[in-house]
Parts: sequence; structure tokens; C-alpha cells
Amino acid sequence: MAPTNADGVARRTLSVLVEDVPGVLSRVSGLFARRAFNIHSLAVGPSEIEGLSRITVVVDADAHLLEQITKQLNKLINVIKIIELEPAQSVQREHLLIKVKADAATRLQVTQAVELFRAKIVDVSTDSLTVEATGAADKLDALLSVLEPFGVREIVRSGTLAISRGAKSMTDKALKQ
Amino acid sequence: MLTTTTADERIYGPARNVAPETVTGSQAIIRSLEELGVTDVFGIPGGAILPTYDPLMDSEKVNHILVRHEQGGGHAAQGYAMATGKVGVCFATSGPGATNLVTPLADAHMDSVPMVAITGQVNASVIGTDAFQEADIVGIATPVTKHTFLVTDADEIPRVMAEAFHIASTGRPGPVLVDVTKSAQTAQTTFSWPPKLGLTGYKPVTRGHAKQVREAAKLIAASHRPVFYLGGGIIKAEASEEFKALAEAVGAPVVNTLMARGAFPDSHPLNVGMPGMHGSVSAVAALQQSDLLITLGARFDDRVTGQLESFAPEAKVIHADIDPAEISKNRYADVPIVGSLKEIIPELATAVEDVFSNQERPDLGPWWTRLNRLVETYPLGWTEPEDGAIAPQKVIQKIGQASGPEGVYVAGVGQHQMWAAQFVGYERPRQWLNSGGLGTMGYSVPAAMGAAVGNPDRTVWAIDGDGCFQMTNQELATCAINGIPIKVAVINNSSLGMVRQWQTLFYESRYSNTDLNTALNPSGEQVVRIPDFVTLAEAYGCAGLRCERDEDIDSVIAQALEINDRPVVIDFVVSRDSMVWPMVPAGVSNSDIQVARNLTPDFDGEDD
Repeated sequence: MAPTNADGVARRTLSVLVEDVPGVLSRVSGLFARRAFNIHSLAVGPSEIEGLSRITVVVDADAHLLEQITKQLNKLINVIKIIELEPAQSVQREHLLIKVKADAATRLQVTQAVELFRAKIVDVSTDSLTVEATGAADKLDALLSVLEPFGVREIVRSGTLAISRGAKSMTDKALKQ
Repeated sequence: MLTTTTADERIYGPARNVAPETVTGSQAIIRSLEELGVTDVFGIPGGAILPTYDPLMDSEKVNHILVRHEQGGGHAAQGYAMATGKVGVCFATSGPGATNLVTPLADAHMDSVPMVAITGQVNASVIGTDAFQEADIVGIATPVTKHTFLVTDADEIPRVMAEAFHIASTGRPGPVLVDVTKSAQTAQTTFSWPPKLGLTGYKPVTRGHAKQVREAAKLIAASHRPVFYLGGGIIKAEASEEFKALAEAVGAPVVNTLMARGAFPDSHPLNVGMPGMHGSVSAVAALQQSDLLITLGARFDDRVTGQLESFAPEAKVIHADIDPAEISKNRYADVPIVGSLKEIIPELATAVEDVFSNQERPDLGPWWTRLNRLVETYPLGWTEPEDGAIAPQKVIQKIGQASGPEGVYVAGVGQHQMWAAQFVGYERPRQWLNSGGLGTMGYSVPAAMGAAVGNPDRTVWAIDGDGCFQMTNQELATCAINGIPIKVAVINNSSLGMVRQWQTLFYESRYSNTDLNTALNPSGEQVVRIPDFVTLAEAYGCAGLRCERDEDIDSVIAQALEINDRPVVIDFVVSRDSMVWPMVPAGVSNSDIQVARNLTPDFDGEDD
């Protein structure tokens, strides 16, 4: 079963290999905006090949819409390749930084919760702790709900990064004519 | 022979070999255009494109036509492209020059017109500083173009130019913008030809999948109510001849959309008309009642389908298109075929022959009986206006008869456009040009100008409305000065006619802001001509004629056809109350088409 959003629409992860040229991110994000495709998260960074970037985009889309999104993305000249990464066949991770209230009375409880989730405390002050966590989206959601009662000051999430399981690389075939 | 180079077949134009020469970026732009085989460019200079206008002056191969407004230059490039099949080219400066091109770019994007717009940009060192006449035209134009380039390095110019022409002219054609900074234009560089193209991510599919073609043939051989649904893609693919052979082999009815008028002759017995919001009853019914849509280069536009959920409810769909994203976008395709119609159609014809040779052909007789009854019962026509004024449809029909299929007819947008689509009569591809997807008022005069430059031996008619004409008629100056003798028929109903028609039908005849006072005052009782189109034409160095009586139509058209040393503008004063029929109101099922106000056709007849 693919994960769904609150409205029951499937949440899907696309990995998009693009040329690393000025404006490419705005071409991709602009396409989503003007065609009214719903982005849940988007993360971009360099790939293992110089001159190519990899965008991981999570969208809420049924099969028909996903096909349209893929086809429209493929029409962008700077897009080299697109694959869908199914949850079972891929590793999907998000990164989370959270600043949570923690005074002398609650610090121990917060620290225990953090350890329970194998998260890390990366900054400490007299009345707050900053926690770093990496994991699948649902795991981070669970961590958040545990920390929320203590008082959350700030949250920063990276958006999903995803890679396929096994030895194959998405760039293998993409660059052959 | 020593010149066995591995020529890149993606290079547009003759692809001659040119040894490296030292030039400026601007010279590289002009040299690239020359090597791409470009002979005509429409444009207007300004600060940021000035360096490129200097070597342009010396080019013996590239003829530049100085337009009066960048929008005119853009539409002229479109008209040139649509009339010739070549890539249309226009120039503009940065900032407002470039933003004035946005409408033609969007128009070309919607109608898949191959064009390249070259704009100057401010110096690379001041980009992002809100410099004088700076606009982020790449950012602005990206959503309405096939691709955009920003060139800051002169060394990239030949490659980018070749890529731009390749992208514009291949796959699904479209507009490409090349924005070149002034600093890149003035820098020194080396020019050689042909350049090596990049474009790793651009590989349009041209060859249709053989299995899908066979599946399509099987569906065709099993269908009792098939219809060919032809779109503008057939003209872009230059596949009209191939299609005719296929259509005749199958013997199915053909409908051609607004963008495909002329792709299949109107006079052909298989042609049952244009479908859509203002299509003929027979064409709308052919789609609506079909069991198989053989869709070729069309995109299930809302103006064709009407309410999508109730469109052609019993039909399976074969959809062949060069753009995979069009397939199953609006209507699910049972058999998708991605590729060029030029290749797919002959393969499909062969596959159909194969299937027919092994099994009995379905009897299309009852289907034709049904459609023929509709063709005969509901021909396109009009009622004579009650106000005694000229029927606009008659003017347009007579123009079509006078210049025939060898003429080129370029419409603006609105009632006159629909009447021109209905009553001119189209027999050949590229005979009919209009703004179909974007619906740009003001397209006609500049696009006709471009068409005339591309087709100097043809009579080119701009069939325009009084509203449209006032949006871009400044290009009459360009036509007069450059000896481009287009003929402009202003179908003057003194109002924004199509909007007025909707106000009549859907807003209780409350005419909010649709009176233009170009023939009559709003009450219709007094003659007001602001502007007077005849004196306006004369002010522009054109011949100005006026026709206000039915009996003068023929002689005025004849007079216009005799003037070929300058453009002609005819002010045809026509009835304000004429409406475009048939009509499928927006958002309504095609089955509820009206042949006249509140009058729906009898689809089934007594004996069906």
C-alpha cells in the first residue's frame, strides 16, 4: 500500500535527474505551479555526475495525474530522466531539526524521548534543546508528537530524499544515447 | 571527397561547414542565422539589441523587416511560420521590447508554432540590479514557451542558436526564446559551423510503436461508427497527402478542427465538417455518436469536446500525437501512439490494409446514412439580418470564393474568425491561419503580414474584426513601406461581436462595454466612425474602401483584388445582430448543440 495524504490521495516520490543549469529548479517548480500539481516536498542537490542535479519531489497524485506530471516534466528540455521510487523498493529519508523547550524540570524527559528515537541533541541552552533526527517521514512525525507537549519553538524539515534499493543507478542508462 | 564529416542531422538549415573566424557575439548571431538558412526576420531595435542590429545591416542573406510594435513582430513570425512551415524569427530589445513578445510567444506555444525570438538583455554585470530596461524575460517567458535560453557568454551563441532552432522545429513545434546579454553581443568570440549540440534531455519520439499501430488497425477494422478526428498536428507534420490515402482506404468520415482546417479538403466527400463549439451539426454528431475516435494530432480541447464527461460517450479512442503528454491528458486513450504523423499514418494505412485483407470490412453504410442526413438537413448557413445591414457571413464567403484555395486567410479572434472558419472553404494545408488556442485578438494583421512575406506570390487576406483590428493595425505602416500588399477585410459590426453575442444569449442582452462606435452609436441610430477605417487606411499609405450595401460586396472585393501595389483595407459595415451558429454553450454537452437560438437538431430523424 502506497502512503496517502489526508484526503486519501496517494503520496508518491519521483526522482528527477536534471541538468545543473541556472533556473532549472524554477522550471521544475514553475511547471508544478502552473499545471496545478500538488508538491508535498521538494529537495535538490548535486548528483554523482558533474553537471547533473537530482531533485526528489513528493507529490500527491493518483496514477493518472502521476502520468501527466511525469510526461510534462519530461517535456522540460533540462530534464534528463524521471523515475518513481516506490516505498518498498527504495530508501526514503527526511532530516529534521527541532528546537524544543527544556528547563531543569523537563530536560531529562526530553533527553529520554530523543534517545528513544535515536535522535541527537546538537545544541543546548538553559531553557531549550535543539534536536536533530533523520528518518522516514512517519518516524519523524512520531518524534514530533512526543516532543510537542514540551513546547516546540522551531521546526525545520528537509523534504524527502530517496534512492532505490539494490545495485542499480538511475544515471546508468540515462546518459547513453 | 575529404568532407565526410559526421554531420549532426539535428542542425536546422543547410548545415554548411564554416571554418573558424573571429567575430563579435553580435556577428555570431547574424552568422548563425545565415547558416541556419533564415532569410526573413521581423523586429524592432532598442538599446540592448543595438550591437546585433549593426552586423544585421551588412547581411546579404537575412532580410530584416522593421515592425512598429514587438507584438506585431512576434505574430508576423508566427504567420510566416504557419504559412511556410519554416521557423519564424523575431528580434526585440530588453525590458518592454521583450515583454511585448509575451503574447505572441504564448500564442505560438498554444498552437505549436515553430518560432525563435531573439531578445537583447542588459549587460551580464548588471543583471538583477533593476537596470534600465531590465526584465527577467527568461523567467517571464518560460511558462509560455517550449524552451528559453539566457546567453551571457559569446562563445555559446552558435550552439544555442542551433539548439533553439532544433527545439523549435522538431517534436511538437513551439516557440523558443534566446535572450542574449549586451555584454555577450559585444564580446569577441570565434564563429564556426556547424556547432555541436548538447540537449541530452531532448529526444522527441518520431517512430510510432508498431504494436500500437497494429492494435489501432484492429480497432478500426472492428468499428462500425469510426471517425477521423484531425487536429493541427497533421499540418505541422505535413502529412495531409498520407492522411488522404488512409481516409480513403478506411472510408470513415473526417472532422477537422479549427487548427486543422485545410488539412483535408472541405470538398472531399468524406469531410463532414469542423467540430466544436461552433462546429457543424454533422461534425459534432460524428464525434458524439462515434464508437471509435481515430485522433490524429488533436488534443481534446474544451472547445471541441464541450463538457468532457459527456463527450463521445460510446467511443473508444485511438490517439496519435508527437507529444506524449497530450495522450490521456483530457480523454483516456485506449490505443496511444506517440510519434510523427508523417510516419505513423502510412504505417497505419498498411496495417489497416493487412487486417482488411484477412477479414470482412465492417459495413459503414448505416453510419453514413445517419451522418449524411445530418449533413443535408443541417448545412452551415445564416439568416439575413433583420436590420437590413449586410450579413457578415456573406462577405466572408464571397472573399473565399473570389480568392479561392490558393489564397491565404488569416483571422483575428471572435465571430469573424468562426465565420471565416465556416464559410471560406479550405482545400489545402496552410491556407488558413488563426489564433486557436490562446485566442489572441490582434493576431490577424501582423500574422497576415508574416504570411505574405513567406508567400509573396499568394493573395493574403486578413479577415479581421473591428475590435481586433484596433489592437495591431499599426503594422499597416510596415506593410505599406515594405511592399507587403495584404488585403484586410474589417468585418465591422461596431462592437466586440462575440462578447456581444454572449451578452445577448447569457446576460439578457445587457451590452456592457461592447460598443466600439466604429460604424454606429450604441443605440444604432447614428453613424459614428471612430476611427474611420477608410481614412485610417489612407493615413497609413494603404487603399481604403468601404462597403455598406449588399449589392456592392462583389464589386468592392474585385476592386480590392486589383490593387496590388499597396495594402488594402475594406471597411465592411455589417449587422451587429448576426450570431455564430451552431453553438454549444460553454460547459454543456455537445449533444445539446443549438443550430439557432434555442433550437436543437433532430439527431435521429423519423426513420432511424
